[in-house]
Amino acid sequence: MRVKSKRWLWITGVVCAFGMSGWVHAAPEASAVWSALRTQLFGERPIHEGGQDIVALDAPERAADAAIVPLTIQDRLAGRGTARWIKKLYLVIDDNPAPLAATFEFGKTAGRADIATRVRINAYTFVRAVAETDDGQLYMASKYIKASGGCSAPASSDARAAQAHVGEMRLQLRDPEAPLGRSHQVQLRIRHPNASGLQMNQLTRLYVPADFVKEVSVHYGDQLIWRAQTGISISENPSFRFFFVPHSAGELKAQVLDSKGGRYSSTIRVR
Amino acid sequence: MGLAWLYSTTLLAAAPLSLTQVADGVYVHHGAYQEISALNAGDIANIGFIVGHNCVAVIDTGGSLEVGQALRAAIKATTATPICYVINTHVHPDHIFGNAAFVQDHPKFVGHVRLPAAMAARGEYYLRSLSDTLHRPVPQDWLIPPSVVVAKRLTLDLGGRDLLLIAQPTAHTDNDLTVFDVNTDTLWLSDLLFVKRVPALDGSLRGWIDLLRRLQSQRVARVVPGHGPPSVVWPQAGDAELRYLLVLRDETRAIISRGGTMEQAIAQVGRDEQRRWLLFDQYNTRNVTAAYAELEWE
Repeated sequence: MRVKSKRWLWITGVVCAFGMSGWVHAAPEASAVWSALRTQLFGERPIHEGGQDIVALDAPERAADAAIVPLTIQDRLAGRGTARWIKKLYLVIDDNPAPLAATFEFGKTAGRADIATRVRINAYTFVRAVAETDDGQLYMASKYIKASGGCSAPASSDARAAQAHVGEMRLQLRDPEAPLGRSHQVQLRIRHPNASGLQMNQLTRLYVPADFVKEVSVHYGDQLIWRAQTGISISENPSFRFFFVPHSAGELKAQVLDSKGGRYSSTIRVR
Repeated sequence: MGLAWLYSTTLLAAAPLSLTQVADGVYVHHGAYQEISALNAGDIANIGFIVGHNCVAVIDTGGSLEVGQALRAAIKATTATPICYVINTHVHPDHIFGNAAFVQDHPKFVGHVRLPAAMAARGEYYLRSLSDTLHRPVPQDWLIPPSVVVAKRLTLDLGGRDLLLIAQPTAHTDNDLTVFDVNTDTLWLSDLLFVKRVPALDGSLRGWIDLLRRLQSQRVARVVPGHGPPSVVWPQAGDAELRYLLVLRDETRAIISRGGTMEQAIAQVGRDEQRRWLLFDQYNTRNVTAAYAELEWE
């Protein structure tokens, strides 16, 4: 009997081990969450998949830290000399508690709909970047990422400092000497716990209340570069790398609204 | 569920942990250079105990109840002196989840003043994670916080033997506690020191560099690292770790200051260190992520 039960456990163990990896080969369209969300966001509109010539998603296959997963949505349409441009990006993380991680709406001043940020991944999942061009076409790039627990992982040791400095922002040009009329790369950093409301304190059995960045907008003068609706899927101390094209000297301004109604802003002069 | 778990519990239940007596009355079990798995049942950190006339103090208890039980068996095979203290040097799973094996001894569980909060914040996450890794449900009562906390310093008298416990500022974690055995001049640094196996950053990179430098200026007879040989010569044994932490700091700073992203840092930082450390690929990316997140706000 002992031998029999060991064999059963061995088979079960093997099946369990392969079960996870077998899942990887499911097609990106197969997720039930995505099917529902897709209809909700886009109705019956077709989405071109594998549209690597329009939008690409760069993300690690396996996250080192599920609470800080860096990813980049790359605009492959910009700079190709066509009149079409990406006006909106949707970032979806199927198996997160809040699957619509962020939406980004771009102004012409952006020059390219290219965003790098850091997200929380709560379970092994497809991550999708859907790009909407100005003529209403939809294109999707997706990637399967292995990570778990990102939304319920406790805040970093820096969280106390983050709380004391909440709302501090850094807007930095990568190259302040870049000539006008050319694309400028910018890093926006926001000091904020971005608490998901899903982090539990084991001793009190209470959850750390949600306290997260809801909206971000970046303007150059009165021109929109981008505005975003964001939420708990963005990591602690939200960070966004983006581009814009200034044609004259001016002021770059970032504004943030959080779930508690906190408003913060930061400006820098360009040239 | 899983043959490996059955094997590991059978083996560990039978055999007390192997021990090295690194100094008179100071015993260390060498943990494997591996990540926690069902096969090793979380026996991946250096854990051990110190024996006084009246009391034994346990220092860390391993990554599962079974490892804690095997440590307890090893203690009982060594001495009949009662176990009065179980010291957890910090919150990581491979150091705390054997605690439940000692409840029957009614010891005082001791830790850094920030250890209870760290256990509270991470407990749920660790229990679930460990359940996944060990392929069995890990019960809530494996998580035992300290009843005695050290805010600065605390001396434990084991009977003709004083242990000096010091609560360190944020470094490897925000709750690192060191133990100094006055009788033998042995400094138990636990995970403030990694030898052979790559360090794991989970607190403050700059804090760890500062603390390591201060510790290296201390003259002691020997140091017990959290991962590495049971006993090492000091301060030399800290040189490799200091070098790695400085590489993390300086290379990440360089990338941040030229506007590089976190992905670029992950791809580039620490490459020259790769061949010098075990488990490098499993931890360097996480270390760089933590370093970048800390340094980007300088």
